[in-house]
Formats: sequence, C-alpha cells, structure tokens
Amino acid sequence: MSNLSATLTPVPSGTTSPVRKRSGFVWLMRELAVKRSAQIGGSILILLVFCALFGNWIMPYDPFLVDALNRLKPPSLQHPFGTDELGRDILSRIIYGSRYFVTISITAAAIAITGGVTLGLLAGAGPYWLDSLLMRIVDIMLAYPYILLVLAVVAILGPSLTTAMVAVGIAAIPGYARLVRGEVLSVRQTEYVEAMRALGASQTRITFRTILPNVMSSIIIYASYATPLAVLSAAALSFLGLGAQPPIPEWGAMLVNARTFMRTAWWTVTMPGLAIFISILAMNLLGNALRDVLDPRSSR
Amino acid sequence: MNTAPLLNAEGIKAHFPVKAGPLSPLKGVVRAVDGVDLSLYRGETLGLVGESGCGKSTLGRALLGLIPITGGRVQLEGTSVLDQPPAKLKAMRREMQLIFQDPFAALDPRQTVGNAVRVALDINNIGKRSERQQIVEDIFAEVGLRPEHTHRFPHEFSGGQRQRVVIARALVLRPRFVVCDEPVSALDVSVQAQILNLLKRLQQDHQLTYLFVSHNLGVIEYMADRVAVMYYGKIVEIAERTELFRQPRHPYTRALMAAVPAPDPTARADELPMLGEPPDPMFLPDGCRFRNRCPMAIERCALEEPALIAVSSTHQSACWRNNTLI
Repeated sequence: MSNLSATLTPVPSGTTSPVRKRSGFVWLMRELAVKRSAQIGGSILILLVFCALFGNWIMPYDPFLVDALNRLKPPSLQHPFGTDELGRDILSRIIYGSRYFVTISITAAAIAITGGVTLGLLAGAGPYWLDSLLMRIVDIMLAYPYILLVLAVVAILGPSLTTAMVAVGIAAIPGYARLVRGEVLSVRQTEYVEAMRALGASQTRITFRTILPNVMSSIIIYASYATPLAVLSAAALSFLGLGAQPPIPEWGAMLVNARTFMRTAWWTVTMPGLAIFISILAMNLLGNALRDVLDPRSSR
Repeated sequence: MNTAPLLNAEGIKAHFPVKAGPLSPLKGVVRAVDGVDLSLYRGETLGLVGESGCGKSTLGRALLGLIPITGGRVQLEGTSVLDQPPAKLKAMRREMQLIFQDPFAALDPRQTVGNAVRVALDINNIGKRSERQQIVEDIFAEVGLRPEHTHRFPHEFSGGQRQRVVIARALVLRPRFVVCDEPVSALDVSVQAQILNLLKRLQQDHQLTYLFVSHNLGVIEYMADRVAVMYYGKIVEIAERTELFRQPRHPYTRALMAAVPAPDPTARADELPMLGEPPDPMFLPDGCRFRNRCPMAIERCALEEPALIAVSSTHQSACWRNNTLI
C-alpha cells in the first residue's frame, strides 16, 4: 500500500444533463403528472376547488330557493340531480356545498399538521422528559376511538360547522405527533445531522433546516390519508346534527333531511352521498400516488 | 514536528450505561473509551487502529465534543475544549472537524452539495453573503470537483465524489485538527488511493493535523506518522509508524498484523494468533483487558492492568511482557 501512485485527476463532470432535483414542488408535480391515479384524483380535486371558488357563477339555481311546486322531483333536464323536499335544486346545493368540503379539508389539515408537527418535533428533538410527557398524552388520546374524540371536542365547544372543523383537526393531532416524533428520532441519528453539529449548528437550526425537510415527505403522505378521514368525520358530525346546521348545504347535513325520503326519492341521498364518496376517493387516489413518489421504501 | 502538541487529551473516558428501559435497573456499563491519553503534534497524522467496536470512532468523536465524555479533558493549544460557554465552543469547533466514514449517510439527501458546504459558512458567519458561493467553489476546486457540481444533489455523485464533498465541508472552515473516521473504508478500492492522496495533499497545503481512524493496517501504514493501537477502550501500543510496523511489541498488535492476509501464498504466519472471540464490551476481564485472548498471558496480567511503558523514545506499549516478547 506504500507505493500508491494514483495521481489526483479532476473528477470528470459526467454527462452534461440538466440538473435533476429529486425534491421540490416542480419535481413532485412532474412525477405525479404521469401517474394515472394522480391524474384522476387530481382532476377531481381541481374540479372541487373550482366549484368552491366559482360556484356562485356556475350554479344553475339558488341553492336556498324554496320551490314548493317542484318538491322531490326526480333528475330531469331542468334539475339534473333532482330536487329535495323543499324543491331546492340538489345540483346547485352540491356545488354550493363543495366550498364547505374544501374549507373543512384545509382547516382540519392545517390544525392537525400544525399541532401534530409541533408536538412531534418537541417530543422527538426535545429533552427526554418532554418526549415521555407528550407521548403519554398522545397515547391517552389514541386510546379513544377517533369519532369519540371528535365528539368530545364538539361537546366542549358546542355544535357548529366551525366546531366540527376544529374538532376533526384536533382529533387528528395525535396521529401526526406520533408519526413526526418517530421520523425525527430516526433522522436525528443520521450522520448528516451529526455533521451539522460538528459544524456548530444550533439545535434550532438542525431541527428546522435539516430534520424537518427530511420528515416532510412522511407528513405529506400521512396527510393524504388522514385528511379524507377527517373530512369524512366532519360529514358524519353534520349528519349527527353536531356540525353544519340546516339549511347549510354541507353534504353531510344534506343527508340528514334526505334520509326521511330515501325510499321514495333516492336521488336526495344518492347525490350528496356520491359527492362525498367521489371526493374522498379522489383524495385517496392522490394520496396513493404521492406515497409512490415520495416514499423510497415503496416499490415502483 | 513541533514540540508543543496541538491537541492534548488526558484520561478521556466515554462510558455508556446500558439499560433495558428508562426505569429498569442498570445492566452494565460499556466503557467504549476508558482512560485515553493522546497528544497530536501540528502537521502530523496519528493513525488509530483496532478491531471494529473497540472505541476508535467514539474516541474521535469524544475529542470533538460530539459525544459527551464522562471523564478527562481535551485541550487545543492549551485551551480546554469541552467546558467552554456555547459561543466559545462554537468558535473552537471551527478548528476541529470530522470526515465521515460513509459519504452516503453523511450528506443530507435533500440539499444540494453546494448548500451542504455553504451551510458551514452560514453557521459560522464566514465571509460576506455574496462571497460565500465563491468560497464554496474554491474549496470544491481544491478537492477536485467542478463549480457546477455545487448545484447537484448527493445521489448524483459516486462514492468518491461524495467523499470529496464531505472533505470539502470539513475543510471549508479551515480547521487545524481533523478526525478522519475511516474515510475510505466505504469506498471502492480503486477510489481509496485517490482520496488518501487528496487528504495527504490537503494536509501539506494547510498544515492539517489528522487523527486517522481505520481498521485497515495498509491504509494506516500509508497515511500515519505515528500509530496508536486501541483495544476495547484503551490504547495498548503507540509508536512511530516504521517502528511499529517493524517491531510491534504488544501481543495484540502482533496478532492484528498476523491477521493481515499476505499476498505471498507460500508465506507462513509465524506470529502468535489471537485466541477466541472478541469479548463482550460490557464484561471485559480484570487486569489486562486482552489477557483472555492473549497467547502470552501470565498470572500478573489478571492481577494488575499494565500501563503504557516506554520501550524506546518513540514507542510505548502496555504489556507486562514487553521485554520478554522479542
């Protein structure tokens, strides 16, 4: 070994292909664009957001307009999804209701991610006693069924649409906290984090600049599963009369009244039910695609 | 070689309690580093060699303050390193850097390598913001990478190139003392020589002092000026490189050297072999910790632990039979 004579030659720069990042928004969109499930799920969700934003211009009728002469009319050219027991156009009500669906999704996800990531980072990167304390609280919250947890929050805050959004968000916090904590603990062990310490980086810097970006993809994947569950629970709350109150055309709330007429006017339950079903399915499809792209452990 | 050591470590201990859980009783203590004295002189390379699990890497990290030590002290040019206030400690960290074994694990996969190096400047507030990209490109050139490489991600590089990035990151702060923790053992043999020569050249250019950790005696012989042999937490022999390789005293060193496969198929190992398996680091024998594997052990080895004793002006060995072995 003592006659090593390999001289130092500059490393060839290899192919001059453009820089291909394996992270970042543009890269993610490009990867998703070729996935069938992402195409379908994404299109439906874009349509949903479009309805939520511009519903007022595309609704054929006023969703609150009572038309006593056209009660419980089956789907027709005038009313593609039929009318409800007060003669209100169901298609218009579903389009109007999309804004609640979108608002609930965003609010619940925002509350759950903010709370869960904060707790997870504190537990994973903080002192041991704090980790134990937070995780025991999370254990207690997870010991209750999800919907029971939601009901408990509603019982404290009182039934309303806002409460429902907050409740499903809060109830999703422990799942995120548990996930983030675990990921932080594993990333914290890596040599690139040790390298940051050797360079003199502060704990805060390491946590937010090194650990958090490496935990992000797990959070996104988890969010794509947890958010539909939260939205579904919000719809369930409305159905139970603990969320959106009539006459608000929130899809879950629409089912409550329609339930009575299920045998005689199937469209009154089927249409809002389908709206919920398709929207949740779209979220799950997108979630599957996200997991395929972001999770290196999943098979390609 | 200067007479005043750049880095002086006395009685370094890194003990780790082993428990099944936070509330369960202590099962034992792993004495990964158990009282090590080391001096490194400016511009020299001290090779640190030993079996895997013997505490080489732990010692290296303990010297840098990356692992809390349970005893002893480290001085850099006479200033104690580890008990400084945070701001002072950060300034001293700049003087002491680490090159990692596995360049695949040592780089953040979500950061361009240019940023990974630049962060070192940001953290320590070196240079103006506008100058930092230039500083990074300069150090890249110095380790044999091109300026356009700064925009790439770690996965776009080969192992050797990544290790160059890791070296650039360690050296961009212009440290004086660098712990090289098995810097080539994760690399292809064909690339190892390039990286070793790079490290040598950088050492000459910048008057660097290396603690070169390796289990590969060939690499140690090529790189080191002096060599320390470690066995489960203790330095058992330390000597000038040529002297150690020509005339190893400690039976452990001799066994290590005998274990290196010789390229000559007719050559016979005339050295004494090591007996048995590596010990459980939680339960090392009393007295000399090598005695249960030592072919030369005598009664005294079980009673007293031998200290490092000078066998020549540049050679120390911790064995009761130092003088009878030759």
